[in-house]
Amino acid sequence: MTGQAHNRPGDSPLVAVKDLSVLFDAGRAGFWGGKRLIVHAVEKVSFDIHPGETLGLVGESGSGKSTTGRAILGRVPVSEGQIFFQGKEITHAGKNQVRELSRDMQLVFQDPYASLNPRMKIIDIVAEPLLVHGVVKNIREAAKEVARLLELVGLPPDAGARYPHAFSGGQRQRVGIARALALKPRFIVADEPVSALDVSIRAQVVNLMQDLQSQFGLSYLFIAHDLAVVRHISHRIAIMYAGNIVELADRDLIYDAPVHPYTRALLSAVPVPDPPVQRARQRITCPGEPPNPLNPPSGCRFQSRCPYVTQTCRDAAPVLTQRRSGQRAACWNC
Amino acid sequence: MTQPRTDTLEQALAQNRFEWWDSLRELGRELKRDKPGLIGVILITSLVLMAVFAPYISPHDPSAQDLTARLAPPVWYDKGTWNHILGTDHLGRDVLSRSIHGARVSLWVGTAVVLCAGGFGVVMGLMAGYLGGRTDAFIMRWIDTQVAFPGLLLALIILAVIGPSLTTVVVVLSLNGWMVYGRMTRSAVLSIRQSPYVEAAEVVGCRWPRILFRHILPNLTSPLLTLAILEFARIVLAEAALSFLGLGIQPPATSWGLDVAMGKNYMFMAWWLVTIPGCAIAVTVLAINLVASWLRLISDPQEREKQYARHMAGVMRKNLLAALEKEKPPEAL
Repeated sequence: MTGQAHNRPGDSPLVAVKDLSVLFDAGRAGFWGGKRLIVHAVEKVSFDIHPGETLGLVGESGSGKSTTGRAILGRVPVSEGQIFFQGKEITHAGKNQVRELSRDMQLVFQDPYASLNPRMKIIDIVAEPLLVHGVVKNIREAAKEVARLLELVGLPPDAGARYPHAFSGGQRQRVGIARALALKPRFIVADEPVSALDVSIRAQVVNLMQDLQSQFGLSYLFIAHDLAVVRHISHRIAIMYAGNIVELADRDLIYDAPVHPYTRALLSAVPVPDPPVQRARQRITCPGEPPNPLNPPSGCRFQSRCPYVTQTCRDAAPVLTQRRSGQRAACWNC
Repeated sequence: MTQPRTDTLEQALAQNRFEWWDSLRELGRELKRDKPGLIGVILITSLVLMAVFAPYISPHDPSAQDLTARLAPPVWYDKGTWNHILGTDHLGRDVLSRSIHGARVSLWVGTAVVLCAGGFGVVMGLMAGYLGGRTDAFIMRWIDTQVAFPGLLLALIILAVIGPSLTTVVVVLSLNGWMVYGRMTRSAVLSIRQSPYVEAAEVVGCRWPRILFRHILPNLTSPLLTLAILEFARIVLAEAALSFLGLGIQPPATSWGLDVAMGKNYMFMAWWLVTIPGCAIAVTVLAINLVASWLRLISDPQEREKQYARHMAGVMRKNLLAALEKEKPPEAL
C-alpha cells in the first residue's frame, strides 16, 4: 500500500494556504440592481502541503474543491487570504509570475477526452510546455525529451506521432500527465484525474501517479470525490463542505476515526463490498441539500443538515481545532 | 498516416515526419483518393488557367462590337454560327470571349475580398472572443455600427470619392463584408475558450496569440470554410451590383457579374446572355465547394484517418477478390 513513505519534513511546507476565500461576483439582483450577488465558493480555507506529500481534497459537487485548486494555480482571483509557494507569497501573482510559476505547478485535468486539442499530435501536445517556456527551440529538439516522457507514463514511444483520438481514456490521461510533467514541476493539482475513467483503468493511473511521486518527489493536491481512490493515494485528507474544510486529518484517522458528522455521513455512504457487513452497517443520512452559496447561513455551514445541531452552531462558525495528533475538525459538538 | 509498429525510441523518432514536402506529398496522395475533391481542384485550376491565359484562348476581343450580328444565338440554333459559338449580346460582342475574360475580374475580386475580409474579420473575432472585456466591447460596437450603416451607401461614398477601380472594389467589398466573419468567429471562440484544452494551454504557460492561432483557430476551420464559400458567391454578385451601377468594373473591361446584370434586360429574347456567365459563377462556386469540403476533411485528423482506413479496406477487399479469383481451379470456369 501507500503512505509508508509518509514522512513529514515538518518545517517548510511546499504550498501553504492561509484563510483562502474566493468570492465570485454573480451580478446584481432586485429591480434596481441594488443587491449584489456574491457566490461564496471558498471561505477561510487553510492547509499545508509538504514536499512529497499528497493531500486529498474531498467533497461533493460545488463544495469548492476545484476552485481551491485553481486559486493556488493563479487561475481564480483570490478575495481574501494568502497562498505561499516555497515560502514566497503568490496570492495575487501577475500574469508573468503565473507563467513563471507554471514551471513548478501544473494541473492534471478531469476529462481526458476534452483536455487534449484534437488537432494536435501527441508530440506537439507534450512538447508545448517546453516550447513556450523556451526550453527547446522547436519540436525536433523536443522529440527525445517527449519520447522519454511518454515512456515515463507508460505509453509506447511511437505514440507521439498520433492524434489524441487514437487513444483510450486511460492513455489520454497518461498524455495529460506527461504534459504536466514536461517542465519537471514540484507540485501538481490533480483535478479529479480519474473520475472520468473506467473503473478498471483508475487503479493504473493512480498507481502511475504514485510511482511518479516517489520518483520525483512530487506533491499532489488530489481533488476527488471517490473516497476509495483518495484513501489509496493520499497521505492526508481534507473534507470540504460548502466552501469550508470541515475536517483535515491523516488518512487513517479520517477513515478509522472520523470526527465531523459530515465526514461520518460521507464515509457511511461508501458501500462495503461484502453484503452481510453492508446490511449490518448503519447508514448515517443527512437529509437536505448543501446551502445556497449565494446566501450561506451564518454560523456553521452544515447546520441545516446536522443531526447534532445546537444554538451555538447557528450563532458562530466553528474553526478547525486539534482533536487528535494529526487530526483537526471544525465542529462545536464533537 | 501509415504508422508501422515501432518498438524502439529511435524508430519512433525517425517515424515522426517534420518536413513540409512530406506532408505535401501525403496531401497529393489523399487528393487522388477523394474523387469530388479532385474534380474540384481540377475545375479551379482550369478556371484560374483560363483567366490567366484569357487573351490567348478567347476567339474574339471581348469588347469588339459587331452591330450586324446583334443578339446572335448560340451555334446549335438555326441562326447560330460557328463564329460566335455561344452567341452575342446586344452590342454584338462575343459571349464566350466575354465569359473567358470575365473570369479574371470575378475570380480576383472574389478571392481577394474573401481573403481580406475573412482574414481581418477572423482576427478581430478571435480577439474579441478570447480577450473579452473592453477589447470585446470595442470590436463588437464597431461591428454593430458598421452593420447598421447601409453597405451600399458606404460603397457609393468611397467609390465616388476615390474613383472606381478594381482595387477600390476589393477594398469596398472587404470593408463591407468582414463583420460577418467577426461575429461568427467570436461566437465560436466563446464556446471553445471554455474547453479544457484551452485551459490546459493557459496552465502550461502559452501566451494568448499562441492560444488563439494554435489552439482555437484550427478548431474553427469547418464553420469558417463554409462561411467563406457562401461569401465568395455573394461577393461575385455584389461586384456585379456595383458594376451595374457604374461604380465597379468600367467598360470595356468585363466581369461575370456585370454580364449577368446587363443581360437581365434581354432575358426573354436572348437567354444566353444571363445563363452563360451565370453558369460560370455556378461552376466556380461548385468547384470551391468541392475543394472546401475536402479541405474540411483533411483538416480534421480523425476524419482523415477514417478516410485512409476506408481506402485501405477497399484495397484489401480488391486484393482478396483477386486472390480468390486466382485460386479458382481452371476446370470450374
